[in-house]
Amino acid sequence: MSENQMNGAEALIQSLEKIGIEIGFGIPGGSAIPIYDALYKVRRKMKFVLVRHEQNAAHEADGYARATGKPAAVLVTSGPGAANTVTGIMTAYMDSVPMIVITGQSVRGMLGKDAFQEADIFNLTMPIVKHSYLVKSANDIPRVVREAYHIATTGRPGPVLIDVPKDVGTDPCTVGLDAEMNLPGYKPEPRGYGPETIRQIADALAKSQRPVIIAGHGAVLSRAEKELRQLAETLQAPVTTTLLGKGVFPDSHKLSLHGLGMHGTAYANRAIVECDLMISVGARLDDRILGIPSQFCKDAVKIHIDVDAAEFGKLVKPDIRCRGDAKTVLQDLLPLLKKGDTDDWIKRIEGFKKKWPLTYAKKGGLHPPQVIDALNKLTGGKAVMTTDVGQHQMWAWQFFRADKPWQFISSGGAGTMGFGLPAAIGAQFGRPGETVVAIVGDGGFQMTMSDLATAAIHKLPVKIILMNNHYLGMVRQWQDMFYDERYSGVDLEGNPDFVELAQAYGILGLNLKRAADIPKVLKKALDHPGPALVNVEVVHHEEVYPMVPPGKPLEDTVLCHPRRKPGRPAGRKNGPARSGAKNG
Amino acid sequence: MSKEMTHNLSIYVANRPGALARIAQTFSRRGFNIESLVVSAGATGDFSRMTITAKGDEAGLEQVIMQCSKLVDVLACREHTDEEVVARELALVKVAVDSAHRGEVLQIADHFRAKTVDLSENSIVLEATGSSEKLDAMVNLLGKYKIIELVRTGKVIMARGARET
Repeated sequence: MSENQMNGAEALIQSLEKIGIEIGFGIPGGSAIPIYDALYKVRRKMKFVLVRHEQNAAHEADGYARATGKPAAVLVTSGPGAANTVTGIMTAYMDSVPMIVITGQSVRGMLGKDAFQEADIFNLTMPIVKHSYLVKSANDIPRVVREAYHIATTGRPGPVLIDVPKDVGTDPCTVGLDAEMNLPGYKPEPRGYGPETIRQIADALAKSQRPVIIAGHGAVLSRAEKELRQLAETLQAPVTTTLLGKGVFPDSHKLSLHGLGMHGTAYANRAIVECDLMISVGARLDDRILGIPSQFCKDAVKIHIDVDAAEFGKLVKPDIRCRGDAKTVLQDLLPLLKKGDTDDWIKRIEGFKKKWPLTYAKKGGLHPPQVIDALNKLTGGKAVMTTDVGQHQMWAWQFFRADKPWQFISSGGAGTMGFGLPAAIGAQFGRPGETVVAIVGDGGFQMTMSDLATAAIHKLPVKIILMNNHYLGMVRQWQDMFYDERYSGVDLEGNPDFVELAQAYGILGLNLKRAADIPKVLKKALDHPGPALVNVEVVHHEEVYPMVPPGKPLEDTVLCHPRRKPGRPAGRKNGPARSGAKNG
Repeated sequence: MSKEMTHNLSIYVANRPGALARIAQTFSRRGFNIESLVVSAGATGDFSRMTITAKGDEAGLEQVIMQCSKLVDVLACREHTDEEVVARELALVKVAVDSAHRGEVLQIADHFRAKTVDLSENSIVLEATGSSEKLDAMVNLLGKYKIIELVRTGKVIMARGARET
């Protein structure tokens, strides 16, 4: 090989840089050494972050993408290295996050022979990637990387995996980096609809007296926040956002209903129950927001806008389906709309908001929503917030006030515990000047806390707010409500001292035990120039409400525990209350 | 569960590693049982044509078609009713037969316009083409004798007239 001849691995790194990948997260290993050698030799602009677990590498790339809109690379080795990324890839896939995952692989001649650290990652990940490649020739690399980026970032985004056998990395690559893509079957269509569909939607909207807009991740990904706001204000229609849609419509807007579904607000759920038209902009209408799918908006006109046609009718059969990019669709639709006359409807919704406000207990110990509320004030609502999965996630979603998209980063579809810390690290790399707060639970945090090292080494000023209730709280809530308090496998007895743990990494660790100390301790953590962890000793037994019990329609949203339980903390004085149809 | 019907699907796909696995996975994930699957080169070598017959309910079928259509390698995935297409299948049947019964077997073969492609002292191999129902009928009649082996290609379909397959 001549001096300036590249090998496959060098072509890989240069191709990643050429298409604009700005950062990679990973851990090397035997089969990935050629790739890491190329990182050492030919890397120019791309930043590389050595992490502590491959799952975290994928979550960090995920957090980076959800904070910036740009995909990052994951660079891992074969076998266990690749297999460890599976949870992270699934998390990104379920939430439509672009990502390029590069896995080292055994040499071509050993494929399928159970070689050391060989795993068939191509087939292992097939159901959880948007697309994948097993590269058989070094000359394919420039084309494959270009295609992978194109596929990951267009249409409905998603992770793409490229499996690179070690000897493909060391073989000479004799083609240039400007390879032509060859994707005859891939046609993302931002405008997969005709003018008659737009006309139909406009007509339906004109007839509606009680419209509701549901905005999801698709609206975020297509950067449709401006058009969405115009839509809401023109129609004078209330907007509810999904977990991943949070911020795409301002939480502080008077037309905002905040979240909907299982732990959505009672007023959003009630509005869905009473609306005569539901228009979904980039939400896939998943089981967590529907209650009983067949009863969701049963008598309302249902309009579904999604870039992925496979979402139509999956759970809810729409009356009008519109396949297209949310922003493009709204841009086509807005000129046809007239100012909506919905005064009565809006007044009614104002009534719901007064009747069933989002509240939390303030007495009897420290409550997670208090901490979120304090963070709203201290950060001026400008922080980027990531979460783990569980009760704290739902409280963060309910009480964090986001007025912009790309501000609230949470594992929705997959519900991956352990997502919060690595996602915050990725987000902080993507938005270095901004405050990034990870709201985590003591259960999830312990699944991925090995990357405290990454935060410490890179002096990332992430603020980890650990809602420590010494329980796997969401499971405990279900056991409490539906399993007669048989608390099986949820007691996290023997948790470490998280403050000392943080300090062992050189991270500022603080305890927060009294409600009165909330502003002081949080301010200290936020003002600290480096990473900080706040161990918040919250009440052990507390439940997330409102809640739509599983298998129930949205009419049956409950505001507190369905069985009166005196003597418990967390404000259950008033006995059962419902926002249901019967007393609504 | 709504009524399960047999559906004819034709898929035109870029000839890439993993394409078949991705499509098969889409069917199995939705609980569809593939009854027959034919894969062969399309009009040009870069593409393959798959004909799949599968059992499942209507709503699920629509999902399978959309999920298949969105696979990166898939150019088109269409369902065709029996009336819209020319459908053919080929069967090879090896029947154990001695000289006493050979005449009867050949009569059945003649009726179905099957060809004798191999003949030995104790067996005969028949080749028949036609609709799957015709082959079913022939196999059924031959069942009176001992069928040693039966190999069927599975149904291939082509849309009639101007319609695309």
